[in-house]
Amino acid sequence: MSQRYIDEEGFAIEGDNLDRKRFYGKIFVGVCFVSAIIGVIALGLLIADVINEAWGWLDWTFLTYPPSQLIENYLPDGRGAGIFPALIGSIILIALTAIFTILLGVGAAIYLEEYAPQSRLTSLIEANIANLAGVPSIVYGLLGLALFVRAFQMGSSLIAGALTLTLLILPIVIVASQEAIRAVPDSRRQAAFGVGATKWEVIRDVVLPSALPGIMTGTILSLSRAIGETAPILMIGAATTMFAPPIRDGPYGTQLPDLFGPFSAMPMQIFDWATLPQEGFQHVAAAGIVVLLTVLLSMNALAIYIRYRYETKT
Amino acid sequence: MSLVDAVTDRFATDLRAESTREPPADPDTIIEARDLSVYYGETLAIDSVSMRIPERQVTAIIGPSGCGKSTFLRSINRMNDLVQGARVEGELHFKGKNVYDEDVDPVALRRLIGMVFQRPNPFPKSIYDNVAYGLRIQDKDDNLDERVEQALRQAALWDEVNDQLDKNGLDLSGGQQQRLCIARAIATDPEVILMDEPASALDPVATAQIEDLIDDLARDYTVIIVTHNMQQAARISDKTAVFLTGGELVEFGDTSQIFSDPENERVEAYITGRFG
Ligand SMILES: Nc1ncnc2c1ncn2[C@@H]1O[C@H](COP(=O)(O)OP(=O)(O)OP(=O)(O)O)[C@@H](O)[C@H]1O
Ligand SMILES: [Mg+2]
Repeated sequence: MSQRYIDEEGFAIEGDNLDRKRFYGKIFVGVCFVSAIIGVIALGLLIADVINEAWGWLDWTFLTYPPSQLIENYLPDGRGAGIFPALIGSIILIALTAIFTILLGVGAAIYLEEYAPQSRLTSLIEANIANLAGVPSIVYGLLGLALFVRAFQMGSSLIAGALTLTLLILPIVIVASQEAIRAVPDSRRQAAFGVGATKWEVIRDVVLPSALPGIMTGTILSLSRAIGETAPILMIGAATTMFAPPIRDGPYGTQLPDLFGPFSAMPMQIFDWATLPQEGFQHVAAAGIVVLLTVLLSMNALAIYIRYRYETKT
Repeated sequence: MSLVDAVTDRFATDLRAESTREPPADPDTIIEARDLSVYYGETLAIDSVSMRIPERQVTAIIGPSGCGKSTFLRSINRMNDLVQGARVEGELHFKGKNVYDEDVDPVALRRLIGMVFQRPNPFPKSIYDNVAYGLRIQDKDDNLDERVEQALRQAALWDEVNDQLDKNGLDLSGGQQQRLCIARAIATDPEVILMDEPASALDPVATAQIEDLIDDLARDYTVIIVTHNMQQAARISDKTAVFLTGGELVEFGDTSQIFSDPENERVEAYITGRFG
């Protein structure tokens, strides 16, 4: 039995015992490391595979041309075909969704955290919001279809799509914003009240600026989930393939998004390509996925940047 | 007339109306508690406190932990309104006007009674904006630069920060942060400054600076300070109030008398450290 001594007289440490404990610690670290690495490897393999499939099919033409039913048009010497209308559709869709979710989500979070009385009704509402975050997206699609497309007669339009996606991510945005607001130290609110600020001034000058990075990160991450969602926009009847982006001529020669017109979005278009039987379309679909993933990962990177950049001191 | 002037004016009118009815017994009294009790839900935090706090002097509030010192302080500028379940009974008069009357706007009251907290709590903004914040929301933003400088000078911080006013307030040392908070509280020129253990998170040097500062402040302001530190109370205050467990005000009087010859034996026991 190995024994280690700090000095001759005493402070004996039973070496075996300590070594065994250290060994368990190492095993635990190993298990954690493997768990962490599995996710990363899976994502890496997926991305590598998709990029491999898309290699040679993704170029500037692909980004700026409407889709085609003929595979030849996607080839370098073809007449040009790509994802343009769906790309623009997705961007406008997500921009509209962002506007709606920020207004509604932040508003709801401020109300719940700062104004709502601590009653049973408030807790009930909060519990329900948290539960809504887990409802499958297709259910929101059905709701959007019944509510926006049919009842409000918006048709299968951009605005109906954006409102449906808003409903989908609103619970997550509310919860994330609530957490960000709750994390603002109370002492800071007190400081503002102490110099004679009104409740609204405290929220505007102290709570929101401190909570904003958290709110923005939560919102952007949810939006990046929304941009890849297929089921809800499928339910509300978004087009699989559009040959022109949802843009109309506005006054003074401007170009405006056609809010009430039909639209396609990248997930729909990719889905469409993936179901086409002709040889080669799996490469087109892969190219579409790469574009979608690029947009999505850029949004996530932006969220991480904001969190990193504006992380407030405590 | 600015909003604040209007508010102050309304307050002043109320005070005049009040004072014709009931002249304060002591003209120097600025704050008077009359049978003031504060509850948190069912818990009684301060029990029927009556006292008169003189103008332009330093009044120290001492007592063991949990005896209601902070609660009393917060009831003066109605910060307790922000605590859920807090309830006040009795009256608290500021210049003869009960601040718990229905026509008193707590926001207007807090503009006249500033507060410094136990832990320094600057905003995550520049030093300048920290001091200017109260001035801006109170629409006192003419000569902003001048007012900010004056407040920082009064808070004995100007010499240390005058070349870095755009530095984040949170990047200062703890003692500097607390002086920044004092500057923020006095910038808007309130009449009373409440301080809740303002030096408890600071080292002895920073504490000494704050104590000197309080001495200077008492020339222009009424200072009410909660402290755990008996020597500190003895050093800086003119009057001392001793609260004991249960939220009672047990003794209130001149600091010299309280510390040399307290009337109440529990107070004597507390001060000499045999109880608390
Ligand atoms: N927000 C609150 N909600 C419920 N009870 C409270 C609240 N704040 C204080 N209390 C209770 O009121 C009593 C007085 O508290 P207070 O903070 O005024 O004591 P204190 O004298 O300032 O103590 P300390 O010296 O430790 O700061 C305590 O019993 C405390 O538990
Ligand atoms: Mg206290």
